[in-house]
Amino acid sequence: MRRLALVALLLVSACRVTSAEVVVGGPPACAGQHADGLTPTTVRVGGVYPLSGPASAYGAVAQGAAAYFAWANARGGVAGRQVEFLVRDDGYQPARAVEEARRLVDSDRVFALFQTLGTPSTAAVRAYADRRGVPQPFVASGASDWGDAAHPWTIGFQPTYAAEARVYARHLLRTRPHATVAVLYQNDDFGRELLTAFEDAVAGTGVQVVARRGYEVMDADVQAQMAGLAASGAGVFLNVGTPKFAAQALAADAAMTTWNPLHLLNGVANTPSLVAGVGPAALRGVLTTGFYKDPVAWEDDPDVRTFAAAVRRHVPDADPASSQVMFGWTSAAAFAAALERMECPSREGLMAAARDLRDVEIGTLLPGITVSTGPGDPYPVEDLRVFRFGDSGWEAV
Amino acid sequence: MTAEPRTGTGHRRPAVGQYAGDRRRAWPYPRTALAMAAAAAAAVPFLVPPYPLYRVTLVLVYVVALLGLDLVTGHGGLISLGHGAFFGVGAYTAAILLAAGAPYPVTLPAAGLVAYGLGHAFGRPAVRLSGLYLAVVTFAVAVAVPPLIRRLAPGGAMGLPARTPGAPSFTGLDDDQWVYLLVLAVTAAAFALTRVVIRSTAGRALAALRADAGAAELLGIRPPATRAHAFAWSALYAGVAGCLFTWTTGFVAPESFTVTLSITLLAGLVIGGLGTVPGAVIGAVVVAFLPAPGLVSGLALIVVLAVAPHGVTGLARRLPSFLGKDRA
Repeated sequence: MRRLALVALLLVSACRVTSAEVVVGGPPACAGQHADGLTPTTVRVGGVYPLSGPASAYGAVAQGAAAYFAWANARGGVAGRQVEFLVRDDGYQPARAVEEARRLVDSDRVFALFQTLGTPSTAAVRAYADRRGVPQPFVASGASDWGDAAHPWTIGFQPTYAAEARVYARHLLRTRPHATVAVLYQNDDFGRELLTAFEDAVAGTGVQVVARRGYEVMDADVQAQMAGLAASGAGVFLNVGTPKFAAQALAADAAMTTWNPLHLLNGVANTPSLVAGVGPAALRGVLTTGFYKDPVAWEDDPDVRTFAAAVRRHVPDADPASSQVMFGWTSAAAFAAALERMECPSREGLMAAARDLRDVEIGTLLPGITVSTGPGDPYPVEDLRVFRFGDSGWEAV
Repeated sequence: MTAEPRTGTGHRRPAVGQYAGDRRRAWPYPRTALAMAAAAAAAVPFLVPPYPLYRVTLVLVYVVALLGLDLVTGHGGLISLGHGAFFGVGAYTAAILLAAGAPYPVTLPAAGLVAYGLGHAFGRPAVRLSGLYLAVVTFAVAVAVPPLIRRLAPGGAMGLPARTPGAPSFTGLDDDQWVYLLVLAVTAAAFALTRVVIRSTAGRALAALRADAGAAELLGIRPPATRAHAFAWSALYAGVAGCLFTWTTGFVAPESFTVTLSITLLAGLVIGGLGTVPGAVIGAVVVAFLPAPGLVSGLALIVVLAVAPHGVTGLARRLPSFLGKDRA
């Protein structure tokens, strides 16, 4: 009994030895804000990426971001702070993403979660980020949801899937005003948002969606869906899949000699591994959209050269010709821009800066496209250009 | 040690720790040990940083699930491969209720009752057949539940975030400490209930059925009813554990409750030791910390079964007599 009483006394006297959060004293405007993981000379950030599993092709995004931070560190850091970038694997499973985010925040004490990849994982982590007040800036997912003001700790980066769908619709209305469209889509928020926005954009015009088939991320392949879509005989095929399934659809399309639609490949599926996997013959004439410089097509651009040199030097495993690596690099540059513009050195300050970027230019974005947010505009990049696959690579249309 | 006894029956009793469900005392200070374990468990949230505390909380969650599975497998001698599904059903019941604005205390009995009802529905027809059929039927349940969740539950394949219990301000605790203490309280209640159930008439009937079904039936025990009740009770434990899982993680997704979880739970229980409370605790540590089923966990299972066929607990129970003079 005496031992029990002693333990009870210990508990009451010392309420957790290890949890003290870092609170900013500093200027009065910033007092009371939180700054775990941030010191005047360092900042620790953590990213959760699908390094394994069905969407592991996106793992290269982490390499691009790592290359950017290593490159910035070698040049004196971001606003004088050395960036420590921790990467975790969620296998594209939302439950594991939450688990890893929790580990990053609670155990590794990261300042911010830069970044989470994929709509399911990002949505899952968002609830946790809200609860803990941890910034989740520039997520690698194009869902419109990330502009939701009810979740102040999360902000997107790339153009939304809805914006992308409208670009396809505009392009079709201009070039094939009476097209019939067959759609293959991933049956989650990503696929449904693109499909719905596309249908809305073409509603009341000559362009008609005549067939659509969904698949689940856990499915093995999309053969059955492709057969059903081919039976529609549509003139245009909109391929709204993640790389693995989009590649299967491309291969199926190329194999079917009786059905030769204009193939629209959604932007997130356009990975180097897909291009290498299905080969240039299956891709010829395929259309896609993009907003950053393709490392191959822009090989001679000075910013792309800096990028390629930094990737080769700091992340030798990565492929400097990969557009996914470029995506990671570009979004990391936007994150650095937000870090530089923090008025308060705190999590709150980071989000305020990320929501107030005025036409920030990043060298690896396509000419004329900038990162821009402000009150009432929670979408950093909103412009897209259309590309066609020529003989060996993507060419501007 | 000549002939390996199959059960604990007969007048030549094997040494302590040689068969599952052995209730003879092997450790001389049970009360002191229990008090110290309770004190340590209560002290953990104040000494451990947040992330490890979260892992320890999950261990307690799995303890509750394994206590339930042990009713069927350890005490009843039946194999269930469906407890991951009941766990998931409980977790989703809690998450859906929380999303609808229900208060926390409501979700615990609700999750338990839904799982209990499902346990009755599936267990009643299955246990009429022999033990292996229960394994097959429950396996089918475990396989069917994740796709059903994906199609029918809110959130679908994306999963469903849920609120987690916040500490009342008068306690001065962090939220994660509060959740730990809640889970600890439920775990303690589950322990107590297990003791009561096992010592009850129904619990003894279950053990008798495992030892010798024919003899038990001659004594007036009805095998299907007894086993169906045990199965439903164990599903209730799994449902409650699922609810605690939702409280702890604040997020549920179908892939968290696949057949893999069911198999991991069973493997954890076998490694920990069937038919004992410490076995459930050790098994829960195994479930929480062993990497996803693969080479490592497969080898661990084989090694444990080769070295200690009655689990880590059986090994530990043999220790005192092994060290003493009265070695069997």
